[in-house]
Amino acid sequence: MGNWTTVCAVDDIPPNSGRCALVGTHQVAVFRVRRTNKDEFYALDNHDPFSGANVLSRGIVGTVDDKLVVASPVYKQHFCLQTGACLEEDIDLTTWAVRVTGHAVQLAP
Amino acid sequence: MSTKQVVVVGNGMVGHHFVEQLRAADKDCGITVIGAEPRPAYDRVHLSEVFAGKPPEALALTSREHYMELGIDCHLGDPVAALDPAQHTVTTAGGHTFSYDKLVLATGSYPFVPPIEGGDRHECLTYRTIDDLGAIKAEAASSRIGVVVGGGLLGLECANALKNLGLETHVVEFAPGLMGVQLDEGGSQVLGRQIESLGVQVHTRKATQQITDGQDCRLSMRFADETALETDLIVFSAGIRPQDQLARDSGLEVGERGGIVIDYHCRTSDSDIYAIGECALFGGRIFGLVAPGYRMAEAAVSQLAGAPVAFTGADMSTKLKLLGVDVGSIGDAHGNADGAMAYVYSDPRAQVYKRLVVSEDSKTLLGAVLVGDCEDYDALLQYYLNAIELPAQPEALIVPGTAGTPALGAAALPASATICSCHNVSKGAISAAFDNGFGNLAAIKAETKASTGCGGCAALLKSVVDEQLSCRGMAVNTDICEHFPYTRHELFHLVRVGDIHSFDALLAAHGSGLGCDICKPAVASILASCWNDYVLQDAHHGLQDTNDRYLANMQKNGTYSIVPRVAAGEITPDKLIVLGEVARDYNLYTKITGGQRIDLFGARSEQLPAIWERLIAAGFETGHAYAKALRTVKSCVGSTWCRYGVLDSVGMAIRIENRYKGLRAPHKLKSAVSGCTRECAEAQSKDFGVIATESGWNLYVCGNGGMKPRHADLFATDLNDEQLVQIIDRFLMFYVRTADRLQRTSVWLENLEGGLEYLKQVIIEDSLGICAQLEEDMQRIVDTYQCEWKTTVQNPRKVRQFAHFVNSDQGDNAVQFERERGQVKPLVPAAEAPHSENILVTG
Ligand code: SRM
Ligand SMILES: Cc1cc2nc3c(=O)[nH]c(=O)nc-3n(C[C@H](O)[C@H](O)[C@H](O)COP(=O)(O)OP(=O)(O)OC[C@H]3O[C@@H](n4cnc5c(N)ncnc54)[C@H](O)[C@@H]3O)c2cc1C
Ligand code: SF4
Ligand code: FES
Repeated sequence: MGNWTTVCAVDDIPPNSGRCALVGTHQVAVFRVRRTNKDEFYALDNHDPFSGANVLSRGIVGTVDDKLVVASPVYKQHFCLQTGACLEEDIDLTTWAVRVTGHAVQLAP
Repeated sequence: MSTKQVVVVGNGMVGHHFVEQLRAADKDCGITVIGAEPRPAYDRVHLSEVFAGKPPEALALTSREHYMELGIDCHLGDPVAALDPAQHTVTTAGGHTFSYDKLVLATGSYPFVPPIEGGDRHECLTYRTIDDLGAIKAEAASSRIGVVVGGGLLGLECANALKNLGLETHVVEFAPGLMGVQLDEGGSQVLGRQIESLGVQVHTRKATQQITDGQDCRLSMRFADETALETDLIVFSAGIRPQDQLARDSGLEVGERGGIVIDYHCRTSDSDIYAIGECALFGGRIFGLVAPGYRMAEAAVSQLAGAPVAFTGADMSTKLKLLGVDVGSIGDAHGNADGAMAYVYSDPRAQVYKRLVVSEDSKTLLGAVLVGDCEDYDALLQYYLNAIELPAQPEALIVPGTAGTPALGAAALPASATICSCHNVSKGAISAAFDNGFGNLAAIKAETKASTGCGGCAALLKSVVDEQLSCRGMAVNTDICEHFPYTRHELFHLVRVGDIHSFDALLAAHGSGLGCDICKPAVASILASCWNDYVLQDAHHGLQDTNDRYLANMQKNGTYSIVPRVAAGEITPDKLIVLGEVARDYNLYTKITGGQRIDLFGARSEQLPAIWERLIAAGFETGHAYAKALRTVKSCVGSTWCRYGVLDSVGMAIRIENRYKGLRAPHKLKSAVSGCTRECAEAQSKDFGVIATESGWNLYVCGNGGMKPRHADLFATDLNDEQLVQIIDRFLMFYVRTADRLQRTSVWLENLEGGLEYLKQVIIEDSLGICAQLEEDMQRIVDTYQCEWKTTVQNPRKVRQFAHFVNSDQGDNAVQFERERGQVKPLVPAAEAPHSENILVTG
C-alpha cells in the first residue's frame, strides 16, 4: 500500500455524505462520517451492482444494527462501509484505503 | 428406520418438498432423485413472472450443490422409462438402472392437448415448464396475435403472459364461462367482462375443430359453430392430465380417467411405492394445486419415518390476481351440497361479484366466490376452514359498508386455524414459535416458513403476529426505525414543541446511533414541514434521499429527470419554446407527464445546475417532482372556454398550486380542479380535489390513483374561494402533522380512528381547537416559500456538489444512450436482467 492518490480536500465532502472520486479509471465512492465530533473516512466502489449505475456515493449513510452502511439510492440495498459487504444479498464491493494528510483526502487500492 | 434406499421419480415442486422433508426426518437413508427436466426443482407457481422480467434462475427452489450437501444423489435430464416392481428397480431412457427399497412417484401432470386436426403444428404450444416458456417467447417474437385455448386458471395466466409479450390476445373457452371449476356463473360473467375491458378478447362456447393455414395470420382456427379466428400462435391450456404412464405400464392401479390411486398414506397398490402430487388420485380426485401436493409429501414422509400422519384431502380454495383482476374461490363455490343457500352481492358498475354459500341453517359457510374484490377472502376462508359460526346475518360479510360487519380479527381464530396453507402453518404453530422466543414477523417467518410460499397469506400472518404481540403485552413496534423509539407523529410533535431545527439536535435529544436511510429522510421532511429551511443547507444535505439531494428524479442509469412547475397545466407558447430549446440543446428525452406538465429525462447530475439556470431565466420554478410534497394541481379548461363550465377552474387550480407548492409532506400530494360536474380534471382521484357547482366549490378529500385507487370523499360543499382555501389549509396541515411516513392521504384516512366523520369534526367544526394553529402553520410555509433550484444555482459551493467527480470535470462514462423514435433512451447492456421486485421509494 504505497500508492496514495490525493482526491480532494476534507471540506469537499459534506459531513455524513459521500462524493465520487476518479482514481485512474476507477470510480470510488468516498464517505465522510462524523461521529462524536470526529471525522472518519471510508471508500468503496461507486458502482451499484443491483442497478448497474455509478451512484453509491449519492446514498444515505447511517447505521443498521450498529454496522456503518450506505444505502443504494436506486434500490436501497445497504453496503457496509467497513467491509463492502451487502447486508441483503451475497455480494461484496471492493473497499479502498483512505487517509487524511493535512486537509487532503487520499485513497489507495 | 429400516428403509435404506429411497428413489424419487420427478423433481417438481412436490418431489422436491418430499426430499427436503425426508432428509430433515431421516439423516441417514439413501436418497436418489431422478428428473426428466434438465434443471433441479423450480417454482412452477410463479412461472409467469418470467414474462414480467424475472430471470428464470430466480425461480430455483434448490441447486445440485444444495442436494449434494444434503447427501442426495440427483440424476436430471433423463426420464425414468420403466419401472419393475418385482425387482424393485427403475430404468431411465438413458439406460441407467436404480434399485430402491421405497419408490416415490412425483411425476406431476402434463398439459392436455385436445385431439384437433392441425393441433400438432409448431405454432401450437403448451405452458408448464421453463422450456415451454422459452418456446412461447420465441414464437411470440414473430407474432401479432395469440390465442389461448382454455379459460381456466392457467389459461388466463397464460393470456396475461401473451398480453405482456405485446400480442393481441384472445381466450377461447369451450364452456359458457371462464374458470368454471372455481367460479359460479355470475362470477364467471363478471370476470369475463373485466378481462375484456382489459383488452383480452374472450370467446366462450367455442369448440375448436380444425386448425389450418390462415390468410392474414399464420393460422386459422375453425369452430363447431362455423365461425373462425385468425392467429399466429396458439397455447393449449385445456386442463392437465396426470403423468401416470410408469404406473400403468407396471400394473399399478390407476383411475378410470387417469391418476395413480393412493390411500391415506399416499401408498399405491404396491406397498413399497408411493405417489404424491399431481400424478396421484385420492378419493377419486386429482389435486391440481401445490399445497395439497405438499401435504401428500408430508404424509408419505411421516409414513417412512414411522410416525404416520394421514392425508385426508386438502382445501382447494384459491385467491389470485388474474390479469389484474382479483378472484377468490372457497370450498363449495357452486353450492352443490344438499340444502345449501346462497347470498349474492353484485355491483355491475364497480364490476364486483360476491357469493356466499351457506348451510341450510345459515350457521356454517360452505363456499364463496369473489370477483373484483378479494378483501373479504382471508376472513371468509377462516370461517370456512374452521367452521366458525356465521353471524346472524351472513350477508353482512360481503355487503360493503354494512354497519357492524364482523371483521374476523386474528383474535377470533382458533389455534387450529390454518394461517399459511402453502406451508401448513396454524395459528397454534405461530403462537408456539412465540413461546420459543421468536418475537417478530421476520423471525416467525424464518422459523415457521409461513408466508414464504405463494405469499397470499402475508396480510393475515401480520395480523396474527400483531395480535400475539399485543396479547403478550409486547408492544407492536411502531417505532420509525432502530434510531428513534417514536412514531412519525411523535417525532413531529417533538420537533415542533421542542423547537428543534436539525437532525443532529433531534438525535442527540431523542435518538441513538447515527441514523439511517429511513429516519433521515423522514426527519428531513418533518423539519421542512415545520420550518421550511432550504433543503440542501449543510445540516440537511446528507439527510435527503437522492432525489431531494439532486432536486431531480434519479433514473435507472443514474441520470436525472427535470420537471419544471407548470401550475395547473397552463403554459405560454414562449415557455413551451424554452423547454423545447433546452431539451434540444442538452439532448434530453421529452415527454408530457400524466400531471399536465413536461418531463425532460437523461440529464447528468453535473448538467442540472446549468439547465436550471436557463429555465429559471425563462421564469420557471422547480416542480418538486422529486419531493414528497405538492406535485401538481391539474385543471380542466373551465368556465373561461368550456361551454359547460360554471367556475374558473384554471384560475383556482393556479391559485392552489402556487399556495401549496413546496409544502413537504409525509408523501406526495396531488390535486385537481374541475369546472363542472363532468369532472374532466379527475379531481375525485386526488388527495384533495375541487369541483365547481352552481352554488360554489365542492371539496373532496383523500382520493388516490396509483396502486390502490380510492375515490375521494365529499368533504365540504358550496364553498366560496376563501372558505375553500381555509379548509384546505387546515386539512393539509393536519395530515402533515399526523400521518405516518410514506402514507398517502387515502391510507391515512382509512387508518384514522373515527374516519371521515372525525376528520370533519376536527377540520370543519374545530373540535380539537387547533384550527387557528393549523392555519398559522400553513401561512408560515406559504410565506417562506423559495424555489430551491433558484437558491441552489446562486450558490457556487452547492453547484459544485453536482459534479459527478470530486476531482475531475468528466462525466460518468457509463451513462450511454441509444435512440428510439427520434429521441434518446438509456442504453441497456444486452446481459442486464431487469430488476423486478424493488420499487424506488423516492419520487
Ligand atoms: C412522470 C410521471 C409519468 C408520466 O410520464 O406521466 C410519473 C413518474 C413517476 N412516478 Fe408517478 N408519475 C406521474 C404521474 C402519476 C400519476 C397521475 C397523476 O398524478 O395524475 C399517478 C396516480 C395518481 C396518484 O398518485 O394517486 C402516479 C402514481 C405513482 C405512484 C403510486 C402512488 C400511490 O399512492 O399508489 C408512485 C410510487 C410512489 O410514489 O411511491 C409513482 C412514482 C413515480 C416515479 C417517481 C417512480 C420512481 O420512483 O422513479 C416516477 C418518476 C419519473 C421521473 O423520474 O421523473 N407514481 N404517478 C408522471 C409525473 C406527473 C407530474 O407531472 O408530476
Ligand atoms: C403456470 C402455472 C401456474 C400455477 N399456479 C399455481 C398457483 O397459483 N397455485 C397453486 O397451488 N398451483 C399452481 N400451479 C400448479 C402447481 O404448479 C402444481 O400443482 C405443482 O407444480 C405440482 O407439483 P408436482 O411435483 O406434483 O408436479 P410438477 O411440478 O409438474 O413436477 C413433476 C416433475 O416430474 C417430472 N417427470 C415426469 N415424468 C417423469 C419421469 N418419467 N421421470 C422423471 N421425471 C419425470 C416432470 O418433468 C416434472 O419436472 C400452477 C402451474 C402452472 C404450470
Ligand atoms: S369539467 Fe366541465 S368545465 Fe371542465 S372541461 Fe369538463 S365539461 Fe368543461
Ligand atoms: S399461503 Fe402461500 S405462502 Fe402462505
